[in-house]
Amino acid sequence: MEVTLALLAGLLVASGAYLMMSGKLLPYLFGLTMISNAANLIIFSSGRLSYADPPLVAPGQKAVAAGAANALPQALILTAIVIGFGLLVFALTLTYRSFYVLGTVELDEMRVAEPPEAEGRG
Amino acid sequence: MLLFLPVAVPFLTAVLVLLARRSLPAQRAISLLGAGALVIVAGMIVARVLHEGPVAMQAGAWPAPFGISFVADPLSAALVALSALVAFGAIVFGLADVTADEERHGHHALTHAMLAGICGAFLTGDIFNMYVWFEVMLISSFGLLVVGGGAAQLDGAAKYVGLNLIATVAFIAGVGLLYGATGALNMADLHGRLAGRTMETPILVSAAFLIFAFGSKAAVFPLFFWLPASYHTPSFATSAVFAALLTKVGVYAMLRVFTLVYDIDGTAIQTLLLWIAILSMVVGALGALAQATMRRVLGFGVISSVGYMLLGLALASPLALAGSVFYLLQDVVAKAGLFMSAGLAQRSAGSEAFGSAGGLWRAQPWAAVLFLAPALSLAGMPPFAGFWAKFALVKAALSAGGYGVALAVLGVGLLTLLAMAQIWNAVYWAAHRGEAAIRPAPASMLAPIAGCAAALLVAGVLAGPGLAAAQAMAAGLLEPEAYLAAVLGGGE
Repeated sequence: MEVTLALLAGLLVASGAYLMMSGKLLPYLFGLTMISNAANLIIFSSGRLSYADPPLVAPGQKAVAAGAANALPQALILTAIVIGFGLLVFALTLTYRSFYVLGTVELDEMRVAEPPEAEGRG
Repeated sequence: MLLFLPVAVPFLTAVLVLLARRSLPAQRAISLLGAGALVIVAGMIVARVLHEGPVAMQAGAWPAPFGISFVADPLSAALVALSALVAFGAIVFGLADVTADEERHGHHALTHAMLAGICGAFLTGDIFNMYVWFEVMLISSFGLLVVGGGAAQLDGAAKYVGLNLIATVAFIAGVGLLYGATGALNMADLHGRLAGRTMETPILVSAAFLIFAFGSKAAVFPLFFWLPASYHTPSFATSAVFAALLTKVGVYAMLRVFTLVYDIDGTAIQTLLLWIAILSMVVGALGALAQATMRRVLGFGVISSVGYMLLGLALASPLALAGSVFYLLQDVVAKAGLFMSAGLAQRSAGSEAFGSAGGLWRAQPWAAVLFLAPALSLAGMPPFAGFWAKFALVKAALSAGGYGVALAVLGVGLLTLLAMAQIWNAVYWAAHRGEAAIRPAPASMLAPIAGCAAALLVAGVLAGPGLAAAQAMAAGLLEPEAYLAAVLGGGE
């Protein structure tokens, strides 16, 4: 199971990196989303993948029984997904707005903040 | 309760500002009051830490390491206090600098939300919680960057957002691997569990992810490209807060995690950090010399300064770390003063570009002198605070036999002086070139700049107590027994 997840994470990082190097803002963000999902898989596998019992405390007990699943990595992923979703929505809005104002989402053509002629002492 | 207030007060202020969004005077008043309250709260934390040593509080009364701990040791307390003061100064400065349009679109609310994230990152004792505060800080800074809506701001923001999101992913992956290898997230708990395990493969991989993540946020070589693309685009008040505080959070995370969590003494991580530090110093200083507007010179100066702050961590002697901590603290004030001076120059002369600004020495000699204080402190000239920080770093490097490192520190100081002299020549000394007459400087802009200059002068002249405090903070990082006892030994 771990091997499958590791291969999947590697595939996601590879395709994500390929998209991010396309030089356009929108594929860049899609690639970034893939890589952040690969990171989520890494956290998921850090909780040891096994057919464990649900992490519920039985009546009269004070702690979960031995052999229960570790719920914490899943809570971490949930936080990471929520944060990642918020960041992605912001980034998509920014992309739309940039296209609207700058007329391009080609990263090589976005040189308003750092105009090429201002790099020397022009 | 006290330790959670530096997060709660800015959040509450942000909400109140949003409720008052119809009235700009009300927004400004609430924003100023909120920042003032944050200064008072930070002062109370500093007083308590001075009196009792490191203080820890557990969220929801869950004992560490199960709950989330908030910890104020001398370094965290000092950084929270300085952040509050600089933010207050920047909000006063912003009264004349931030446009009404930006204020209407949420400038004040975003500033306070970002402050909450910054204070949370300085105070948290839990590495996953630190990730969350980083994100609070990051998303608010995204908003602040584009709140003006200009083409240059959107362009800068696209690069800032794109590159910082990679760092975010690296941060969460590093934390996940660390949890998988240790089963802990509380940094004091991790300290015990990681003792002697630094060279295990999963631990090293998680350390590499975290170096990449914190290094990107701190803008070290070669991960700094988002900074010069974006820091010169928003309002000057926002630039000042960004330059004074955001990269410092990354540096603080490095200082905290690579002393408390990972034991890097004598490992390859230390060598890596040494090269990162030196290359950041040199590349930042050379980059600054090639720029032709005031804020872009200063932006590269931020990168160069981050190198000095990491140098102490790489050299790892108590004196070197004290030098880095002292540099970190004085640089918060120096960067705020420099970027606010750029804002004053833009407003007075109508431009901050070298080709078109000028005449400010003749028109506003006092404002020009106030620029010189942080500029000379940055270059490491006495009698300002930056001199003593560099003095400690050079002395520590020499006593460790690192003659090349000492040479780099001194050489980069010279290059920085040259970059500051270029600003001085073009913006202050040269004749006024614009068509419009130079506008007088408003008091609300001069006062915060004067505060920064005075603080740097006082910290430089009375450097003895300052350096002693920095040494105590560095000792707290290298020997965290009091920190561990405060977190793991109960608390409130």
